[in-house]
Amino acid sequence: MQGTNIILVLVVLTNLKLLGSSRVGSSIRVVAAQGVVLGLLPILAHAHEISWRYAGLAVGTVALKGIVFPWFLFRAVREAEVAREIEPFVGYVASLLAGVSILAVSFWMCTRLPMPEAIASAWLAPVAIFSIFAGLFLIVSRKRAVSQVLGFLVLENGVYTFGVGVAPQASLLVEAGVLLDVFVAVFVMGITIFHINREFDHIDTDRLSSLKD
Amino acid sequence: MNAISFIPLLLALTLSPLLLGVINRTKAFFAGRHGQPLLQTYFDLWKLLQKGAVYSRTTTWLFRAGPMIGLAAALTATLLMPLGKCPASLAFPADFLLFAGLLGLMRFFTVVAALDTGSSFEGMGASREVFFSALTEPALFVALATLVRETGQLSLSTMFGQVSNAHWLHSGPALGLVVLALMIVLLAENSRIPVDDPNTHLELTMIHEVMVLDHGGPDLAFIFYSAALKLWLLSALVVGIVLPGTGDPRLNLLLAVGAVFGVAVIVGVIESVMARLRLMIVPQLLVGAGALAATAFLLALKLN
Repeated sequence: MQGTNIILVLVVLTNLKLLGSSRVGSSIRVVAAQGVVLGLLPILAHAHEISWRYAGLAVGTVALKGIVFPWFLFRAVREAEVAREIEPFVGYVASLLAGVSILAVSFWMCTRLPMPEAIASAWLAPVAIFSIFAGLFLIVSRKRAVSQVLGFLVLENGVYTFGVGVAPQASLLVEAGVLLDVFVAVFVMGITIFHINREFDHIDTDRLSSLKD
Repeated sequence: MNAISFIPLLLALTLSPLLLGVINRTKAFFAGRHGQPLLQTYFDLWKLLQKGAVYSRTTTWLFRAGPMIGLAAALTATLLMPLGKCPASLAFPADFLLFAGLLGLMRFFTVVAALDTGSSFEGMGASREVFFSALTEPALFVALATLVRETGQLSLSTMFGQVSNAHWLHSGPALGLVVLALMIVLLAENSRIPVDDPNTHLELTMIHEVMVLDHGGPDLAFIFYSAALKLWLLSALVVGIVLPGTGDPRLNLLLAVGAVFGVAVIVGVIESVMARLRLMIVPQLLVGAGALAATAFLLALKLN
């Protein structure tokens, strides 16, 4: 119970940190840390019934979200040579305040949401919804392609949190399928970043909308 | 009200200048220096009190009133602040509002006195001080509101008396965030390093120091002493939440005093290992403290 709560608070804090930081490198590290912490969630949330399934899920999540994705994104960033996000659509202080408001809205939403009895922690559903919205906010408010990929990962972490905590009955196949989807998505996005960069010397998605002949 | 309830007040009055000595010695230890004597602040205060005051002809009564009202506000706030489990001399429901208000009054008169000199330089410091404190105050209030919500008590003394290991076990993450937010508030309010450098005399980075440049003699002593009291008060605020209670009141008191000096050591360590933040980044840190406090408040709301 307490372990789950600490993990959920860490997820909230990492999301707030992502909303308020401009450095791409440290943001990737924060997302990696969030992935590792979330990998421990299935073990702690269902501590009374340790099984191979949860252990496998934890190992897979940590390996993919904590090691493979960050490595891949670091490589994309190194090739595209971006050190920091410049001039996002929404400033960092404003993003932070928006993040807190999103958190409040998520908590309010979950008071109206009927929940199944066997939920690991009262904070689980609000934190999952907060992650989803924070990820969406990152995607729409940042200009760099790398930051948008990070937003997508945060969004997926929210879905994962909800899945692990609320529906432990879901089969391993579904969870593995989701992980595989995300893996492919990040792979494709990494390649896209590389190609945008080779074509245009920058990965500023905002400037892709103006056409040239 | 009995004799025991004056102990936190007496300890604060006598020991608060020692906190600055502890911070300086910690920094000296990290820098490999011997450092100034632990009692240096007392010597400085004594020296300043011996001197006469010089007042510029352009200043009005506000300039003379500033340090006195600041000291009076700090002393009144000291009456309200308990030390660990030992209750304060004065306790009534919602006294934390008065506590925050008195700190605000103290700052207001420092700022007014700085503006009264008519120096554009002091005006710059005053503007920064007001801007940063406008950002720390929401963090302080939301953190206190979280404590009220957690303990169900409206007075600082009963609030700290109530916080126990059970609270930490039940809602440790929320309390941890509150302590973190209050630590940032402490550093900002006392113009310590990530926000302001107390040692610097470089115009562009000073905040608190620049506002008191024109004060001298006993006035400056008052300002130093109120600043030391403020550091003690905010440290006691942090200590009151963190410290678990034991059965023995005397042991409690001893632990609390030790913990306040522990906070001073932590401040010294932070100053030694961190650089001062760029002035543009400081609002981000302070809004971050507010975000931490708000998160704690939301977590506490949900759990109860």
